[in-house]
Amino acid sequence: MSRTLPIVDHLARRDAVLRMTEAESIAPDVPGPDDDRTMIMNMGPQHPSTHGVLRLMLELDGEEVVRSKPVIGYLHTGMEKTGEQLSYLQGGTNVTRMDYAAPLFNELAYSLAVEELLGIEVPERATWIRMLLTELNRISSHLLFLATNGMDIGAVSMMIYGWREREEVLRFFEKVTGLRMNHNFIRPGGVAADLTDGWRDDVQALLDMLPPRLEEYEILMTGQPIWRERLQGVGVISPEEAIALGASGPILRSTGIAWDLRRETPYLHYDQVEFDVIVGTYGDCFDRYAIRLNEIRESMRIVAQVMERMPAGDYRAQDKKVTPPPRARIDESMEALIHHFKIFTEGFKVPEGEVYVAVESPRGELGCYIVSDGSATPYRIHVRAPSFANLQTLPYLMQGGFLADGVAVISSVDPIMGEVDR
Amino acid sequence: MGVRDLPEHGLEGLDHNVLTGRIEDLVRWSRARSCWPATFGLACCAIEMMATGAAHYDMARFGMEVFRASPRQADLMIVAGRVSQKMAPVLRQIYDQMMEPKWVISMGVCASSGGMFNNYAIVQGVDQVVPVDVYAPGCPPGPETLLHAILTLHHEIETGELLRRRAESGGGAGIEIDQRDGQQAPLIIGRR
Amino acid sequence: MADTETPAADEADAPAARHEPEVLHGVPVTWSRTQRVAHPARTGLVELVATLHGEGYEQLVDLTAVDYLVHHGRTDLPADVVGERFEVVVNLLSHAGRARLRLRVQVPADDPVVPTLTGLHPAADAYEREVWDLFGIRFEGHPDPSRILLPEDWSGHPLRKDHAVGRVPVQFKGVAPSR
Repeated sequence: MSRTLPIVDHLARRDAVLRMTEAESIAPDVPGPDDDRTMIMNMGPQHPSTHGVLRLMLELDGEEVVRSKPVIGYLHTGMEKTGEQLSYLQGGTNVTRMDYAAPLFNELAYSLAVEELLGIEVPERATWIRMLLTELNRISSHLLFLATNGMDIGAVSMMIYGWREREEVLRFFEKVTGLRMNHNFIRPGGVAADLTDGWRDDVQALLDMLPPRLEEYEILMTGQPIWRERLQGVGVISPEEAIALGASGPILRSTGIAWDLRRETPYLHYDQVEFDVIVGTYGDCFDRYAIRLNEIRESMRIVAQVMERMPAGDYRAQDKKVTPPPRARIDESMEALIHHFKIFTEGFKVPEGEVYVAVESPRGELGCYIVSDGSATPYRIHVRAPSFANLQTLPYLMQGGFLADGVAVISSVDPIMGEVDR
Repeated sequence: MGVRDLPEHGLEGLDHNVLTGRIEDLVRWSRARSCWPATFGLACCAIEMMATGAAHYDMARFGMEVFRASPRQADLMIVAGRVSQKMAPVLRQIYDQMMEPKWVISMGVCASSGGMFNNYAIVQGVDQVVPVDVYAPGCPPGPETLLHAILTLHHEIETGELLRRRAESGGGAGIEIDQRDGQQAPLIIGRR
Repeated sequence: MADTETPAADEADAPAARHEPEVLHGVPVTWSRTQRVAHPARTGLVELVATLHGEGYEQLVDLTAVDYLVHHGRTDLPADVVGERFEVVVNLLSHAGRARLRLRVQVPADDPVVPTLTGLHPAADAYEREVWDLFGIRFEGHPDPSRILLPEDWSGHPLRKDHAVGRVPVQFKGVAPSR
């Protein structure tokens, strides 16, 4: 007995997913689905426009995409297995490399899950620092999207402009966290170090620099007829389809559903700052582009408010069993030395239980599910990557469009293969 | 007057508008200066590779901003990121499709040795699949380190050291460089 | 039928303080920190998910599995649920109710089969393939039960606890940078 729903029937009738294994696709004697008219083409995994190592098997009728199948796994790193070997303090280095365009979000989801299991409270300043850094990371991730989206559509100069702004944000990250990417800065208990002196000036410089540059992008792309022709009406998805396929983030919002975890199930202190949730109307690639462009502006608004309200205080929980002592104290106190030693060799033990915590990453709902058995390493760690679910919308977005539209569609879905394959 | 006198004397001693030089030097010089990379960005290192191609670090000044999608048109494969078991055959296939002379830079620790992922899924170093000429450490190596690797490669091509090392090892040249990121003072990279 | 009402985002009244066992559509419910977890049996899974879909849990956010082979013993299962080697964990989201519900389904090691949820949630398609790939749990009725992350001809299910990490022993040599 299989119960089904209207939306499921609708998706099945659309028949957009190519059900063919890789072995079948190369076997010469297996007939194709519609042998005379269509052909099976392979795109990727090494391809300039597939945003990493995504492979697409496309069934083409001339130039039109009839069915497609995303083949993933070319970046499978066994991170969930490795995560079981690493202590909770080391876990951040592992998860941060999943969504490598927005690494601080991975760390945030992971740290929030560990803190939920530990039952510790994170100090105010740490929470606001986390908000500051993740919103800046959202800006840098969306700039990456704008750059790659522009290049895929053909506005190659956008690639250079987007990276120009991104460099400034990464410069701030390097100053505060020590690294341009994969920071391992948001850790269970707070953040790894306090903000540097003069951070307000640096952030203000960013906030002053960005708006005129965003205006440049509007001139270069938004109003431009070719851009509109390439993106409007391309890759359309309906709200019901998006929900049924597990899509979240800009894809879901482009259909008109105002679902943003920062607003609906607030974490950190998002309920204390004012920002708008950007929503589209038509569910096409242009909407997704415009949503991300305007989310940069909303993130800047949030950053400005965080700058005003940043309290003084600790940047990490003062729980000796969890957070390492400051380096200076190790010389003075034997206890501090022992705690430092235990935390970095054994790791701190986390009470038994299982939790799932989700944050709103630039790609959608990024969740972390941790099962703890009371020891110093997670028993099971699973990251719910937004791009893994978002990629399931790809066959439905590409169906009926041309191959070049397919490139625009992949770009608007903005997958990061590191988190898809883990 | 020979080509080799140019850096010192400029065009002063030029007789009859004729420059002489060895074919071998000319070939090596041109190979080093127009090295076109194949797009092989896999993971986080790919983002830093794109940053190196962008305006701030600008690989174009070294003749390298044209990332060729087709391996037939590429000289250099920068393996940027972790290579999974599923990707390894693809890597070898792209390498085989490149035309001689071809060079390989292994960018980042995951490509050089498996990095922090010593498990069932990641090939522990791409030198198990393709011969590597320069290893660039870092996780990810910043644009300065990648430029250092590229300029080292260019210099070794130009002096002929790379081919000599390859002949010696039977595989790649295996030059290891150190990481040059995050420094306050002005950097000197490459071998000049 | 004693079932709890649509829960709000942050419950101020401590749910863990309730002592009477909770039931949701005939399925026992526990609380894990502040999160609600239901424990359906394999046979009742599809029915429960269908009922929940009607109640607003329209999005399947995550579907994964856990291998409890070397766990010293779970203490968070309800009294009438027997812990098996595998657990399939389903995460459902209700937009209207701003609520999440987690389902934990026990799957025995000698018969690792679970009915598919793709008939109700097409989102489960890729997730169930991943669980098959990494754990070896089969989903009956899935349209394309093939490996998704590992090569198609790979043998073994890496996330099982009796599968090794696959570490290659590394000998550290003092390497002086040559440049």
